[in-house]
Amino acid sequence: MVLEDGRRVRRGAKQRRPVSVIGILGELFITTGLIVLLFLVWQTWVNNIVMSNAQRDDAQELSQEWNKGEAVKLAPDERADPGVPVVATAPAQAVAFGTLIVPRFGANYSRPIAESVSLQRVLNTQGVGHYEGTQMPGEIGNFAVAAHRTGYGDPFFDIDKLQLSDSLYVETEAGWYRYVFRSLEYVQASGVGVLNPVPQFDGAVASDRLMTLTSCNPIHTADERIIAYAVYDTWYPRSEGAPAEIAAIAQNLEGAG
Amino acid sequence: MYAALWRVLPGPAIVRILILLVAVAAIVAVLFVWVFPWVLPLVTPLDATVQQ
Repeated sequence: MVLEDGRRVRRGAKQRRPVSVIGILGELFITTGLIVLLFLVWQTWVNNIVMSNAQRDDAQELSQEWNKGEAVKLAPDERADPGVPVVATAPAQAVAFGTLIVPRFGANYSRPIAESVSLQRVLNTQGVGHYEGTQMPGEIGNFAVAAHRTGYGDPFFDIDKLQLSDSLYVETEAGWYRYVFRSLEYVQASGVGVLNPVPQFDGAVASDRLMTLTSCNPIHTADERIIAYAVYDTWYPRSEGAPAEIAAIAQNLEGAG
Repeated sequence: MYAALWRVLPGPAIVRILILLVAVAAIVAVLFVWVFPWVLPLVTPLDATVQQ
């Protein structure tokens, strides 16, 4: 009762006070500031965790599809020359055809690779995008891909941490292609020469199988592009088993997480 | 604005606080699931590709 009475008194007192425009404006500003802070928290942590988990799940789903429910065995250390790698034809736009597995990016790192580098259809949603018109995995020339360095799951966050002879595996339905990291390069956003079959040499005829990764630079901005080059080493046909280096992610599909 | 909201809410203080907590949770959920994903490409036009 006392409380009830007390509140009534207070309510009465407040109703008599004139509504302050400045006060409402101030509250709106504070609210806006809080929402902006909340957005930054969401963008930096929540969304990246959600998206990187989703991308890894998508990649594992692709692998499981290709394994057709069979257990993945490991290729022996000593094995016969697997021969010329199988080269698939590029699928339709935004269709995922491979996964990228990079031990340097984390023990559980696996992201889908889809055709085209459209922001809306691939890079902002699926993960890694393959430049249309560049070569496919295992093909002579340049297999060029792009992904965000920050935001949208941070697929290439650690691209500048790659070290000489680090492995980059591209898994497709046919098997695993091993590329070996060679070097970084920094170019302007217009530096399309990095996509050439022989990077930076217009019209040169390719004889090597290369892989090019492009992402934003400096980190958190998009003024320049950071480029990572890798060179083809070998491939592992699916029937002969996965490379031992990525056994955890290739075999432990359920537990890798 | 917030003082008026507090006055409009029914019940004792603890009930009002609970109502406000639920409302804040709902607003955060709407922001996280729908609003922020829509805003993100508008405020951070990050492009990771090279093109002419």
